Amino acid sequence: MTRPTASSCRKGRWPVSSRAIALIIPFVVIFVFWMMSRYEAKLGHDPTHKSYWERNGTVLGVAFVALVALWALFLVTLPYLYMVVESFHPRLPPAQRGGPNDVLTIAQYKSFFVSQDGEANWIHMSNFAYTILVSAAVTFINLCICYPLAYYMAQSGTTQKVRLLMLALIVPYWINEILRAFAVRLLLASKGLVNQALMGTGVTDGPIDFLGSNTGMWIGLSYATLLIMIFPLYNAIESLDKNQVEAARDLGAPWWKIHRDVVIPYAKPGIASGCTMVFMLAAGSLAAPLFLGGPQQRWFTMTVYDFFFQSFNWPRGSAYAFILLAACITFVMLMLKLFKVKLGEAIR
Amino acid sequence: MSAGVELDHVTVKFGHFTAVNDATLDIRGGEFFSFLGPSGCGKTTILRTVSGFLDPTAGKVRIGGQDMDGIGPNKRPTALIFQNLALFPLMTVAENIAYGLRVRGVDRTSRRKKADALLDLIALKGQGDKLVSELSGGQKQRVAIARALAVEPKVLLLDEPLSALDLKLRQHMRNELRAIQQRVGITFIYITHDQGEALTMSDRIAVMSDGVIEQVADGKTVYDQPHTPFVASFVGENNAFPGKVSKVSADGAVVETAFGALAGKNPGGLKAGDQAILFVRPESLKIGKGPAATSFASAVESVAFEGNLTHVFLAGAGKKNITVTVGRHGGVKVPAQGEKAQVHYDEAHGLVLPEGKMARE
Repeated sequence: MTRPTASSCRKGRWPVSSRAIALIIPFVVIFVFWMMSRYEAKLGHDPTHKSYWERNGTVLGVAFVALVALWALFLVTLPYLYMVVESFHPRLPPAQRGGPNDVLTIAQYKSFFVSQDGEANWIHMSNFAYTILVSAAVTFINLCICYPLAYYMAQSGTTQKVRLLMLALIVPYWINEILRAFAVRLLLASKGLVNQALMGTGVTDGPIDFLGSNTGMWIGLSYATLLIMIFPLYNAIESLDKNQVEAARDLGAPWWKIHRDVVIPYAKPGIASGCTMVFMLAAGSLAAPLFLGGPQQRWFTMTVYDFFFQSFNWPRGSAYAFILLAACITFVMLMLKLFKVKLGEAIR
Repeated sequence: MSAGVELDHVTVKFGHFTAVNDATLDIRGGEFFSFLGPSGCGKTTILRTVSGFLDPTAGKVRIGGQDMDGIGPNKRPTALIFQNLALFPLMTVAENIAYGLRVRGVDRTSRRKKADALLDLIALKGQGDKLVSELSGGQKQRVAIARALAVEPKVLLLDEPLSALDLKLRQHMRNELRAIQQRVGITFIYITHDQGEALTMSDRIAVMSDGVIEQVADGKTVYDQPHTPFVASFVGENNAFPGKVSKVSADGAVVETAFGALAGKNPGGLKAGDQAILFVRPESLKIGKGPAATSFASAVESVAFEGNLTHVFLAGAGKKNITVTVGRHGGVKVPAQGEKAQVHYDEAHGLVLPEGKMARE
């Protein structure tokens, strides 16, 4: 038994298919916003001296807020809520949904910890722990790579060199993520360029299994999230007064103490923001682990994906996805607390 | 402990631009020395060269007789106070002051003790745990000084540190800086474009223009006996009368100006026929008729009453007015606008210098 769409399973609850609503609403919102901007331009108000309500008037103001609220409700909150509800239900064939067996249950969450035979579900739990730990490690590696780069770009590079570097960083991201992952795979394959070069120069005798040992996945994950780390760091360090660095140096600080005492404390919100985003993206990424990962350890998102699309077990997939989400949020909050950064600063 | 600073034919170039050209100078230990000049004259470049942030393209910098070549700013016995102060915003006042000690590995208690002692010196006792942002402009200023003094530098370098303060506070801080310098007894090298600051605080002043040191002397000498037209026109107000030297005597010269032949001292030994500029300060000009060689007449364009002084602006030869400053109790009737005023001066207060670059208005 398969379930074609979520909405058709519960006939009668929605007069229109939820998919149709989701498809139409963005266009409606875009159109209305466009009309609003036309109207606003016509009024020619000076936006710098007036408050939001003064500027837009009560009618327009309410309309704007309502539209954003609608957007957030239909495209963010409702789908998530649907998944939350789903995750507390048993997996049932469509005919039994809404029937006496369709009860609220935490079985899906429990199945993450305990498998059907009553034993601990080590496979999924270790997958999960592996995902979190590797994501944290990738975040740290990324920080180590990006901090010097961002510092150079923000403080010591000449404008021309910084522009060139910026271009070199951004251009690869014009290519889509899957293609990039494949490109890295081609480089690292056992008969790929890297191995051929290593064997050709006699560094190794046989090919190194970069992909099987997950090295490829680490590289792919780091690479995919590089920009996400660099830009918050760059923004934070760029606004640091150069005199601060010079003052510390003048007072006798060697370079590493300048970074420890002046630059890093100043850039902490940027560091927190970059790390948060990289960690979240790495833990939730699918392409890099799928194309570059080895067979020994699966990325947790692959497990979630399989529940949804291989075994069509939406309730369990939802539950797993929420476990990952909760863990990520907890981890990030913990880190923010540990490094004494306020959430507001990190998302600034 | 103080140390002298020696500049030995120091030249600093940025690409093709020469910021400092062959500066040779001997700043004595314990001296309050100022570099005075308009913005872009190279004074900050000299300061950064002394502190070690810039390397001279040619020449040597010696501090306490020791060649500073290859010694970084963190290893030099100097401390720099930045124009914007560059206090660390995330540290408390005491942490700011003690930062130089912290990077030297001084333990926490000694650091705090030293910071408290310095807070006493700058009259901010008990405010060590405040954040820098909680202080006023003048207090920040003093914290920056304390932070620099904490590392016990032999030379303190100050880059226009008062420029961000308002006028009253600036005048107060002048006295304060001078007092601190005399208390700690180290060499102060002060950069400013404000002649008032340079004249009131300094033992000696180097006047700079376009990367060249024009004159080094104490304030009174710089004001009374400028060596070049630039110094004469930059330091204090001055009236310039360009012309050709027509006659020279033992130590004087007569210049044919737009207002007739006017006499002045001739320290540069100019000869008849040389292009020259006669300088007479506004306060040296007096209303009324005097000897023909030192008096002239011109129309009053405007009068500005300034309380203790009154400025009378006469029509000059060019666009620039001739300024006459009249004291309050001189017993002279100040001429009104539109009148023709007779003006004279003492020949000793006229100064004939060779033609040259003047300060921009």
